[in-house]
Amino acid sequence: MALRGDWMYENNGGTCVAIAGIDYCVVAADTRLSVGYNILTRDHSKICSLADKVVLASSGFQGDIRALHKNLAARHLLYQHQHNKQMSCPAMGQLLSNTLYYKRFFPYYAFNVLGGLDNEGKGCVFTYDAVGSYERVGYSTQGSGSSLIMPVLDNQLKSPSPLLLPARDAVTPLSETEAVDLVKDVFASATERDIYTGDKLEIVVINASGIKREYLELRKD
Amino acid sequence: MELQLSMVDGSVCMKDSAKSEISSERTLYPYVTGTSIIGMKYKDGVILASDTAGSYGSTLRYKSVERIKQVGDHTLIGASGEISDFQEIMRYLDELILYDKMWDDGNSLGPKEVHNYLNRIMYNRRNKFNPLWNSLVLGGVKKGQKYLGTVNMIGTHYEDDHLATGFGNHLARPILRSEWREDLTFEEAVKLIEKCLLVLLYRDRSSINKFQIAKITDEGTTIFPPYALKTFWGFSHFQNPSKGAAGTW
Repeated sequence: MALRGDWMYENNGGTCVAIAGIDYCVVAADTRLSVGYNILTRDHSKICSLADKVVLASSGFQGDIRALHKNLAARHLLYQHQHNKQMSCPAMGQLLSNTLYYKRFFPYYAFNVLGGLDNEGKGCVFTYDAVGSYERVGYSTQGSGSSLIMPVLDNQLKSPSPLLLPARDAVTPLSETEAVDLVKDVFASATERDIYTGDKLEIVVINASGIKREYLELRKD
Repeated sequence: MELQLSMVDGSVCMKDSAKSEISSERTLYPYVTGTSIIGMKYKDGVILASDTAGSYGSTLRYKSVERIKQVGDHTLIGASGEISDFQEIMRYLDELILYDKMWDDGNSLGPKEVHNYLNRIMYNRRNKFNPLWNSLVLGGVKKGQKYLGTVNMIGTHYEDDHLATGFGNHLARPILRSEWREDLTFEEAVKLIEKCLLVLLYRDRSSINKFQIAKITDEGTTIFPPYALKTFWGFSHFQNPSKGAAGTW
């Protein structure tokens, strides 16, 4: 049995969202851990604070997610020792991509959304697939509820087409409170229809003054 | 003697042109297994409970298996799944605690640290396609802080106020979600646990009527001797079951 099949992976569900603003970034994820039709626990965080200005949210297989977060946190510590400064969001973005591709033939079953502030203090969101393909965007969502949330964000954030020239800024003109309210709304909606999303929402806001955490109760059914 | 990597299953074999191949072994499927473990925090500490059965498929082979053991001064571990892999885990953990004690520096590993170590072991074995086929519950108290966590054979781990493995997740967790409170006394906690154990006894085919409860508090650990619960079978449906049935069966 150990020689074949996909016993080594399981999908623990959950949804992650990140929205980049002019001078802030919102990263949010629900806290439900499930397997199949069971809820394992209602209070498990999917968000990892990697650096002063970098926050990672991942959904997928919890064993791989935890290992990935630990890996990146350790690499960040090494970076600090070697360079005497914190890693910037774009740098961590590249590191995450390389870390994921390193295991291209036995992947981390983790769907990631990296959020933070870039070197100019502007909001910065990177979105990934399981093997490291990534792109900088104005907003993104990954996980079981992503197909429910992405169209709503597309509609509300009215991101300019990436095909326009000169390239337009993808960050949203919404204020911080408006963005947080939008995140709360999309999660409440996703919770209604996605069985793997619910219980509690953890919202992390990164701006010039640091990292702030907020919680919102979601439906528990 | 050279090493050869098989691309099919990733196993490494030693190949000597004169002798035949010896491939390395791995856990393919479980043989002797234990069923659910239930764990919950209560006012003074943490309680773990299990039955004492070791099943060999559908045969009840061993009836006095201790599936809850102490690890160091601050932790209890309960295991379901392959019993021999649990014994291997106990070897790892006993070695960990021993080396920690040998430092003799006044520090001792708490349940959080032991859980973290175990998480890494389970995940790393999964990465090598040779898992320890267990679901484990770790409970403990250190300096007044209660801790209850679980890890399974692929490395999924989490903490909560009450936990269960296997069938316990389906049958015991709903009861605990409904009736667990932060300030249960030991007697109330045992009553709640016994309610869960009874449901498992009635509905889990691999459980037996011989249970063990263990508690851990700041004062210390107690693993109680095995005992049985009272069951009720006097339902009218069970009396004279063939009444009204045509034929001899």
